[in-house]
Order: sequence, then C-alpha cells, then structure tokens
Amino acid sequence: MPRLDEDPFLTPPILTGGRPMSANKTRDWRSVRPVLHAEKCTGCMLCWKFCPEACVSVQGERPLIHLDWCKGCAICVAECPAGALTLAEEEAP
Amino acid sequence: MKVRLSIPEPEGLSAGHLACQGCGATLAMRYALKGLGPDTVLVIPACCWTILAGPAPLLSTGVNVVHSPFPCAAAVAAGVRHGLLARGKASTCVVAWAGDGGTFDIGLQALSGAAERGEDILYVCYDNEAYMNTGIQRSGGTPAGAWTMTTPEGSALPKKDLDAIVEAHHPAYLATATPAYAEDMVRKFKKARGLTGFRFIRVLAPCPPGWKYEPEETVRLSRLAVQTGLFPLYEREGGAFRLNVPVAKRRPVTEFLSRQGRFRRLGADGETALQARVDAAWAALPGRT
Repeated sequence: MPRLDEDPFLTPPILTGGRPMSANKTRDWRSVRPVLHAEKCTGCMLCWKFCPEACVSVQGERPLIHLDWCKGCAICVAECPAGALTLAEEEAP
Repeated sequence: MKVRLSIPEPEGLSAGHLACQGCGATLAMRYALKGLGPDTVLVIPACCWTILAGPAPLLSTGVNVVHSPFPCAAAVAAGVRHGLLARGKASTCVVAWAGDGGTFDIGLQALSGAAERGEDILYVCYDNEAYMNTGIQRSGGTPAGAWTMTTPEGSALPKKDLDAIVEAHHPAYLATATPAYAEDMVRKFKKARGLTGFRFIRVLAPCPPGWKYEPEETVRLSRLAVQTGLFPLYEREGGAFRLNVPVAKRRPVTEFLSRQGRFRRLGADGETALQARVDAAWAALPGRT
C-alpha cells in the first residue's frame, strides 16, 4: 500500500484496508496529461467528481490530479466549465 | 477552507484499476461504492468488472468481491446473503454487479428466480450495450442499428426492455442511473441500500472502445442519453413511479448518435425511426406504474 503509507495527505481517502490496486501505477498508459491553470480554477470540483480513475483529490479549494495514476482520458478537461484544464502532450520515454 | 462537495468524498474505488481510459462502468462503480459504503459485498459474474477488480490479492473496489460464473450472479448473491444472515451479519449489503450480457441474456434466469423469491439483494446491471469484455459482440442490451463485431451492418433487433421484465416481478425498488447524474446515482444506491427485498438498478455505462468515441466524451454522452430521452432517469418504489429528471425540452437523438462510430451505418431513416420510438416511449412514461 505505497499510497497510504508514504503519501497519506495527498491521496484520496480509502474506505477500507487490504491491498488496493493503487500499487499499480497506470501513468504510462497516457499520451496526454491534464494541466491545471490555478488562476482560472473556480474550485467547482467537477474534475474530481467525474474522474473514472479516482485520481483527483480535493486539497482545500483546489483539485490535485495525481499523475501517477492518470490515464489521460481527458474527461476532466472536457467537463471543466471554467477552461482551467488543458492537455499537454507526453514525450516518449 | 474546504469546498462543498455534491457527493461523499471517501472513495471505495482505488486508482490503478485496469479499466480503459474514460470507462463509464468504472465511474458507475465509484458512485455506487460512495452510496453503498464499506459494509458491502459484491458478486461479479464474467464481465469487464471481473478484470477491473484486479488480480488477487490486489483489489480495486475496497469491499470484498465474490467472482461468480456467468449465468448465476443473482443466485450466488442470494446465497451470500443467506450465509451472512446465518452468521448474524444482517447489516451487510449484498450486491450482484453484472454487465448487460450477464443480465439481459446469460444471467436472466437467475435474476428472474431471485426477483421472484424476493431475495434480499441489490442487483445492478451496468449496461454498456454489448459484450465489451470479449471484444464487442451484440447482446440483448444492444440498441437497434448499433455496430458490433457480430452485427457489422448494425443490429437489426431492438434493445430488450429489461426494466419491464424486472418490473413484472414487482421488486421492492427499481431505478435507472447514469454517471453524468452522479448525485442522482449516489442517492439511488444509498436509498436501495436502506431498503429490504429485491432491488434493481440499471446503469447506462458509456464505453469508449465499444461505442467508438473519444474517452473524454463519456460524461457528455451519458448526459445526452438522458437529455435526448433515450435513457430516462426514474425510480419505482413499491407502486410509486417517479421520473427523476423530467427534461423539459428534449434534444434530438441525433446529437447522441452522431458522436458515436457505432451508429455510423444507421442513416437518416434509422435516426427518424429511432426518434419516433423515443418520442412514443417518452409520452408513455408518466403512465408507467
């Protein structure tokens, strides 16, 4: 459970223990990544609400996208009403 | 200061699961677990979620999962429920979580049996409208005109009216839900959890590779399905029917269809026929008791 032990304050709360799949980092699935422009963000948290990876957490009034698991589906970018999220190309490793 | 969130913050679903980018079925599970809470057992027959739950001992759901054979999710769930009752664990909610193949076709007999006996379980069908996990073959949930691997010219058969079949068993609760309306969905799962007897929720779960659209469109398509009237959000508790999202001004179905590659062969005539069917079904909705 690397996510719970090493990084307890930056990840979404997990209800129960056990061995979560978050040991499996899915960051290399994506070819694009979302970039948050904090000055435009209104804190509506739609990106948090609609993330199918559950890899966006609520940090005070702002979302934090955990890029270790983001697969780059871009739902957050499509749903952001303030245009505070844009896509950036990932470079080949 | 913290913002006010419209759905509960604690997550049951863990990141790192094995779903495709933009998977609607994953969003469905995420909201379901928010409504159901940790004292839940899932029974999952063969479907996408068999894979998404993760290879043992890893688990992406945060609650226990019993993997069942394809035809008998409802029967296994009923057995788990009786087993838990025998051990005095009456508070645990047992949920059968099956795809449309495991519900409309292969699991229908077990579903009917459990509903008929009034088993104290919640049966959830996440309906992505084809056998997506095995590579997009037509199921009873596939709508007319949709391309699949086994209907290359578009399915000639209409979608089976599963809700009416389940309704005929007089369940304690029956509802439809879809990820774009997350608050509605969480509320329905929470409500179903608090009821006893046979409960049924069908979730429309958009599937990027199966419906042939870009992953970012999942929530938009889920919303359009409701706003075009193709997928009305309603619930039926006992005898009382309630339309949850009345949609004052319905959008034309073409807005939903044109965003998906699977309807490319439908044509103008097909779209007109579908619009007529949706209009008729919508008009009949308030009287559905």
